[in-house]
Amino acid sequence: MATDIKNLVTWPDDGVSRIPIQIYTDPDIYTEEQQRIFRGPIWSFVGMADEIAKPGDYQTTYIGDTPVIVLRDLEGDVQVIVNRCAHRGNLVCIAKEGHTEELTCVYHNWRYDLQGNLKSVAFGKGVGKQGGMPDDFKREDNGMQRLKCEVYAGLVFATFSEEVAPLTEWLGAEMVENIDRVVGRGMVLLGTYSQYMPNNWKLYMENVRDSYHASILHMFQATFRINRLSMKGGIKLSDGGWHHISYSIAETDKEESEYDSKKLRAVKDGYTLADPSLVKGWREFDCGTTLAIQSTYPNFVVQQISNSLALRLCLPKGPEECELLWWVFGTPEDTEEQREIRIKQSNMIGPGGVISMEDGVVGGWIQRGTKRDQDKSTIVQMGGRDIAPSAEGRATEVSIRGFWQGYRDCMGV
Amino acid sequence: MDGSISVSGDARQLITDLIIDYAHAIDDDRLESWADFFTDDCSYRIINRENHDKGRVVGIMDCSSKGMLQDRILALREANVFEPHTYRHIVSGTRIVGQDGDVFSVETSFLVVRIMQEGDMAIFCTGKYIDEVAVTGGTARFRSRLVVCDSNRIDTLIVIPI
Repeated sequence: MATDIKNLVTWPDDGVSRIPIQIYTDPDIYTEEQQRIFRGPIWSFVGMADEIAKPGDYQTTYIGDTPVIVLRDLEGDVQVIVNRCAHRGNLVCIAKEGHTEELTCVYHNWRYDLQGNLKSVAFGKGVGKQGGMPDDFKREDNGMQRLKCEVYAGLVFATFSEEVAPLTEWLGAEMVENIDRVVGRGMVLLGTYSQYMPNNWKLYMENVRDSYHASILHMFQATFRINRLSMKGGIKLSDGGWHHISYSIAETDKEESEYDSKKLRAVKDGYTLADPSLVKGWREFDCGTTLAIQSTYPNFVVQQISNSLALRLCLPKGPEECELLWWVFGTPEDTEEQREIRIKQSNMIGPGGVISMEDGVVGGWIQRGTKRDQDKSTIVQMGGRDIAPSAEGRATEVSIRGFWQGYRDCMGV
Repeated sequence: MDGSISVSGDARQLITDLIIDYAHAIDDDRLESWADFFTDDCSYRIINRENHDKGRVVGIMDCSSKGMLQDRILALREANVFEPHTYRHIVSGTRIVGQDGDVFSVETSFLVVRIMQEGDMAIFCTGKYIDEVAVTGGTARFRSRLVVCDSNRIDTLIVIPI
């Protein structure tokens, strides 16, 4: 049954530094990704534990493009269950969120408990001794599919894999440390929204890991003199390259004539914000970190941009579309003033973000630019060809290469 | 019943003119005049209906001063990168639901079609404006304009205000 992936795509030479364009459009590869990545040895973020605070609370979402239910069972434990009735495959939960004591399929009234165990089958013994299920049908063998899940710092992760290491071990200490820093104080949800993009999900995840483009594509900071490539910062990659953090630290920003002399398109003089309170923040973290974009493989992002905190999940929606879900949050200790600052800084992010809106559009442009050149490859060689830990500085594509290392590991290409 | 209130013909005319002139200014790409539709002390926010209904505060845009409105347009002209496009606003069903002195509470439905440079047209956004309009000295201006989008989804990006 397993497809020989090597018949589907030939990876170019140069390891993870050249990417075959075919894998952004090919429907067969998309199908293989669902199996080998999203049902493979990874932990998928599926939601915030606080959003299902009470026993019986549930939300529906996706792992890859498989619909799942995230709920709190009557014992108070978080469960992640594939949203598919064992009978005919119907969606069991239709609403995006709700509260229920049991899972009942509306089609034929098969009832499950909140751990997915089949409790009863309508007319299971027939009607008037006519019909009904066979005598050897066992309810205990026909439950909904329950996935392994873990909750860490209020984040719920789930996996189809029996082999994957426990969540924090899979993430590694450095990745866990950043999650603790950004999320560990608790989260107060300030807003959610979705950004739908006309490109393959991997193009967005490459963009997230691409620290090279930040000061070039996103002109807002440069136009109004807010961020500099020369800020002290760097890249952290987990062992094997699967997860990444791109960060910068303030108060080390020095004028660099080299930056100006290159006459980057992004550098324009003479503009100032009429209301600079947009970018006013406070030193939230003792370490001085002003920006940290973290991705855990394959499609989850933990964001700190100044005092703007958010989670993002990029869901594949077919080979050439994806949906980016955003959770914007603060902490329980925020003062009213700090909350106002976070709201104001939310103008920088999301589909209408003055800094980040371009991230929604470049993927679609690549998708269009490469449509008739499926046999070609893209170049990811800034800062080398391997996934060796980076020296200081963000002018590197090493994190993107790390993504492709994870991809090749999972896909077997 | 939650409904319209009785308002003098002059005030009603000023308010509906403001709402229609605003839509034409955006659709005609006269974005530098956008901030002029607001009072000096003003706010403009775009939020989706789910967040609005749940009382969540963060949306897609949040301008709490006239300067921030001007900065949005300057960023659009000078900094942000996007594929050229225009909007066509269809606004309808304006109703005045409250009055506090010179300030009127107004609600209007909208539909925005986005027209890309190559000709693709699609419904980009539908929703409801929830406005506070100040009417003084024969002019009407938005003191606040809350744009509540029906859908959680924004396609690709939003740079031109709604």
